[in-house]
Amino acid sequence: MQLVLEKRSDRSTFFALVSPFLALLLTVAFGAVMFAMLGINPLRGLYVYFVEPLTQVWSIEQLIVKATPLVLIGVGLAVCYMANVWNIGAEGQLTIGAITGSIAPVMFPAWQDPSILIVMLVMGTIGGALFGLIPGLLRTRFNANEILTSLMLVYVAQLFLDWLVRGPWRDPKGYNFPVTQSFEGWQLLPTFGGTIHFGALFAMFACAALAFLMQKTLKGFEIKVTGSAPRAGRFAGFSRDRMVLFCFLLSGGLAGLAGICEVASVVGKLQPQISPGYGFAAIIVAFLGRLNPVGVLFAGLLLALSYIGGEAAQVTLGISDKIAKVFQGVLLFFILSCDTLILYRITFESGRKPLLGAVE
Amino acid sequence: MTATPDYLLETIDIVKVFGTLRANDGVSLRVAQGEIHALLGENGAGKSTLVKMIYGSLRPTSGTLKWLGKTVDIPSPNAARKLGIGMVFQHFSLFDALTVVENIALALPGTFDLAALSEKVARVSKDYGLPLNPSAVVADLSVGERQRIEIVRCLLQEPKLLILDEPTAVLTPQEADQLFVTLKRLASEGCSVLYISHRLEEVKRLCHAATILRQGKVVATCDPAKETAASLARLMVGGDVHAVRAAKAPREGAIRFALHSANLAADGPFAVELKNITLDVRGGEVVAIAGVAGNGQSELFDAISGERAVSQNSSVLIDGTAVGSSGVIARRKMGAAFVPEERLGHGAVPTLPLSENVVLTRHSDDVSLATKGILDRGLANRVTDRVIKAYDVRKGKPDPEARSLSGGNLQKFLMGRELDRKPKVLVVNQPTWGVDAGAAATVRQALIDLARSGSAVVVISQDLDEIFELADRIAVISRGELSQAFPAHEMTAERIGLLMAGAHEKKVGLHAARS
Repeated sequence: MQLVLEKRSDRSTFFALVSPFLALLLTVAFGAVMFAMLGINPLRGLYVYFVEPLTQVWSIEQLIVKATPLVLIGVGLAVCYMANVWNIGAEGQLTIGAITGSIAPVMFPAWQDPSILIVMLVMGTIGGALFGLIPGLLRTRFNANEILTSLMLVYVAQLFLDWLVRGPWRDPKGYNFPVTQSFEGWQLLPTFGGTIHFGALFAMFACAALAFLMQKTLKGFEIKVTGSAPRAGRFAGFSRDRMVLFCFLLSGGLAGLAGICEVASVVGKLQPQISPGYGFAAIIVAFLGRLNPVGVLFAGLLLALSYIGGEAAQVTLGISDKIAKVFQGVLLFFILSCDTLILYRITFESGRKPLLGAVE
Repeated sequence: MTATPDYLLETIDIVKVFGTLRANDGVSLRVAQGEIHALLGENGAGKSTLVKMIYGSLRPTSGTLKWLGKTVDIPSPNAARKLGIGMVFQHFSLFDALTVVENIALALPGTFDLAALSEKVARVSKDYGLPLNPSAVVADLSVGERQRIEIVRCLLQEPKLLILDEPTAVLTPQEADQLFVTLKRLASEGCSVLYISHRLEEVKRLCHAATILRQGKVVATCDPAKETAASLARLMVGGDVHAVRAAKAPREGAIRFALHSANLAADGPFAVELKNITLDVRGGEVVAIAGVAGNGQSELFDAISGERAVSQNSSVLIDGTAVGSSGVIARRKMGAAFVPEERLGHGAVPTLPLSENVVLTRHSDDVSLATKGILDRGLANRVTDRVIKAYDVRKGKPDPEARSLSGGNLQKFLMGRELDRKPKVLVVNQPTWGVDAGAAATVRQALIDLARSGSAVVVISQDLDEIFELADRIAVISRGELSQAFPAHEMTAERIGLLMAGAHEKKVGLHAARS
């Protein structure tokens, strides 16, 4: 007996829909085994991790707050990956966006009217976009692999932030903690009463806008074509280089916006750690959402659950919150493997015995 | 000593199923020792599938293979080589940066002595009339010479059966003649040859027996010498092939498309540089560009379509306007249309439906398809339906992905997509490559009809029969240089062959005397 992957003559629409759910199921099964090995009742472990956070208003609000940056970044990355442009450095673009967006409140702490918020958001977006442009230009000018350059620039951005908050931007009244002074009033995003802030609106708007772009416009068509058949894209008159730059500007800008939104809400100031790896988790969001802007919205909520579940597991079950990273990694692994079933089917082929009928 | 079995190789009721397709459906084939056996069939008839099973790179779904009368299982190419089966593929697997002998050494099992091997290569290649310099670097060699490396590589393992997959597709007529001499000599020494081709004349000249496949089934086994090319064609196609009707004597129109000393640098170490290409094409005529594969045809196509900019703006002219620096969109807006050689991945996006593939080339000139950047999918669907109906594109679903169409139907669709615009200039690279005879006739007729309606048509092709059928004038491309375009009635296959070999650069007489 031999397992054979056989190419389908057409994409399987069934598996295109089912694959993310299948991946989720496999991840949960894997989680049960992992909990059992840690000596925790698997059912209780899974309940604490995946269900309990959805039973309280407070934690549902947290879910949306955490999903906000994931969706903002993930939807930009989805467009990138659709175009076969591999921006892995959203975490760095988020960091730079947080820094450039914070220039105004750090330099002018007394500036207190709605205009500063707009300046912060715009500068954060521009900062992220320009930082994203670096790997884009390295790709188009020197053909440097954007996977490596964008990833390595993450560490540059994070160390730059570290230096800023320990050095020139440190709050003089902050008891020597490596933080800027806290943002106040119009330097913070308005909320809807609880902890959910305006960033959630931006995320939903970004999803709607990019869904329109991909579905209805020539630009969206260009993105799909250059991504799946670059030679055909050139034949259509689309420039691959311009597409690379467009994708990095777009995804970098959205990551930068996510960065400043985090700083101007949840964090409230600049500090060495401003994100628990949203920029990397958003890669999973993009794939789990089938690189579809609407799918990203749901995938973002699911990944947010993995963060909150991780915190809950730490508190209730007394295990490391690194478990969230394990779940995220395993989920990505299963999505990518399940996606194989969209284009291939698995058949068993016997070594010697002839098959009688057609395999179908 | 046991009695020699009747046949070297027998395949009995071989079936190979891919998904829902029965690529081979009960194929039985017998090759005698010392026989040159032709395997004939159209593209997609199942020739390559059968041969891959004999060579061990595919396993049959059911059926039996017999070698020297005994049932054998051939699980891998390695096992095939051990039995004494050698194969020369259409696409060579050679390292361009290595020498001839290094390439051969890589394919041999065990350790080797490079110096001794060089000597052996030189001797074997000379013996069989396949002269090779063992220390030459492959990148510097012509396609014909590369094929010789592959053949010598097989011969060194002293095969009992040599399989050749369309070996003459990449050769000039003269190089092909030389190959035939070698194959006949091999056969006389007792080595069998399984010769895959769809060129009927050469099969008639060379082969002792022929097995003809159609849609995965054997339709006939015959002695090709006793058949006519027409009767073989009927067996292959399963019906008469319609000849293309061309109105005689094209009207002499104005020059619609011209190349004036166009130059294009090579964009890679093994790409071809275009040198000083000059060509005028008038409205109303079809100009064909003949040439052996890999002599700059794809570079020429890119330069004409504007996918790559030539060095001077004035080098490419459409209706008298210089467009050498303009991109493909600008050239389409001027009424030019292009159909590339590679259908999937160049002419069409494999994973997108036909209605979106229509947008691929038409978004630039058909403004209403994308008004202010917003796609009009309704209009795209209507254009798709129109093209499908006009050019009889057969498909399984209403709007299938491009990759699910057969080669011929996709080509009809891609031609139809451009013809639907009534282009003033149409440039096609290998219009009927891999296309079944029926679709090929449709495509060729459409090209002639377009020319006679006043457009300029350029056809780049490796198929001499097609060229003679279509062309009013013929030019030949060789090593990135284009010959003058001669009237078709002045050209013969012989003369084109000399131009293909690059005779226009040197003294024609010298080469003619040698061949």
